[in-house]
Amino acid sequence: MSALGAIIARDIRLAFRAGGGAAQGVTFFALTGVMFALAVGPDIALISKIAGPVLWTGALLATQISLDQIWRADREDGSLDVLVETSDMLALTALAKAFAHWAATALPLIIATPILGVMLNLPAEAYAPLAISLAIGTPGLSLIGCIAGALVVSLPRAHLLIAIIVSPLYVPILIFGSGAAMSDVGAPQYGANLMLLGATVLFAAILSPLASAAALRSNLD
Amino acid sequence: MNLLNDLANPVRFERYARMIFPAVLGFALLTGAAGLYFALFNSPADYQQGEAVRIMYVHVPAAWMSMFCYSVMAGASAVGFIWKHPLADVAAKETAPLGAGFTILALFTGSLWGKPMWGAWWVWDARLTSVLVLLFLYLGYMALWRAIPDKARAARLAAILAIVGFVNVPVIKFSVEWWNSLHQPASIIRADGPTIDGAMLTPLLLMIAAYMSAYVAMLLPSIRNELTARRLARLQFVDETRAAELVEQ
Repeated sequence: MSALGAIIARDIRLAFRAGGGAAQGVTFFALTGVMFALAVGPDIALISKIAGPVLWTGALLATQISLDQIWRADREDGSLDVLVETSDMLALTALAKAFAHWAATALPLIIATPILGVMLNLPAEAYAPLAISLAIGTPGLSLIGCIAGALVVSLPRAHLLIAIIVSPLYVPILIFGSGAAMSDVGAPQYGANLMLLGATVLFAAILSPLASAAALRSNLD
Repeated sequence: MNLLNDLANPVRFERYARMIFPAVLGFALLTGAAGLYFALFNSPADYQQGEAVRIMYVHVPAAWMSMFCYSVMAGASAVGFIWKHPLADVAAKETAPLGAGFTILALFTGSLWGKPMWGAWWVWDARLTSVLVLLFLYLGYMALWRAIPDKARAARLAAILAIVGFVNVPVIKFSVEWWNSLHQPASIIRADGPTIDGAMLTPLLLMIAAYMSAYVAMLLPSIRNELTARRLARLQFVDETRAAELVEQ
């Protein structure tokens, strides 16, 4: 247990120190929001209507571009071999890595969401659904992304390949997450979307560690 | 299981494949010709959709095959991953482009049918959308195979992806249906009524048989090609190492 804690603490520390990607992820997230607004034009009513889905898509893309680093950094400095050789249950290690990735990339995004929400004129009643759906859904993005990162870890560069592999698997999370973000608290769709989102993420929490561990083993032998 | 073990031997597989290939191809051509005859000339037009209903006979089997091929791919991947069955890996790999082809055919015929029925080439209908996502699952699987140079490793990793994708297919399908029912007014005419007349069922079943056997008829030669390509690569490798040894001497 303490080993898993150490892995999580180490990954988060690495992400927030110099050379880590945490700040870049938030910057990218903000930029997607800006790009959407620039593309749509200064029609404030339209922007405010699509703000929720735009922020959800931005969070998804910002998570996606950082997936390649989950395992690659460890592979490059050799610590991945140690992780695979020494851990009794590689699947639990993978779960810890996914959690650390979430804490280092998605959590800053959720914290930055209100600022971007103001800029995109997000309706006041939409803040809570957006934040809650992001908080429940983004761990699923990290979990599924963890599998994709493990699959391509032995390849030299794989940003695009990861995006191709992972996007279809992200479809349910995007649909339920964005669906909850766009409905009012208390509306029947809101609860249903959140519950389905939670179920999808829990499902990923079981599938992802096993698949990631299998992929890592296949990549290192 | 015995047959499965037998097929692990590439030489024996090639013998079997060569034996059944003409029969499968012949069956595909016969059922295809008969199915098309019934579909185009000897079946009633639909009272709502008119002659456009005939698109169904090429569309529905393609849509069915798109899912069937993905299941075969995932099943073969699991067999290859668990028992390290060499031919199962090859079968999974060679099924992917065929499945993607059926998926594209399903999307294409679906949009041909959609134009007169819905008035648009593409509608974000739940089925169309989930088949589109399925196509991207195929493409991701194929991209992973291509990206990894070592075949044995590529087989294991692609198998993991196929299995992960397969268990996610119901979730994706359900989510897309949910999304669709929330976002779109339910005003579209349903593609297929609740019941189907016998006169329409005959060509449909014939076409499904034709698609299935066409799939097998295309799969067998592609497996043999892949096996030959691998043998060739091995021979070249041996040649090159031998040449390198000679140079060193």
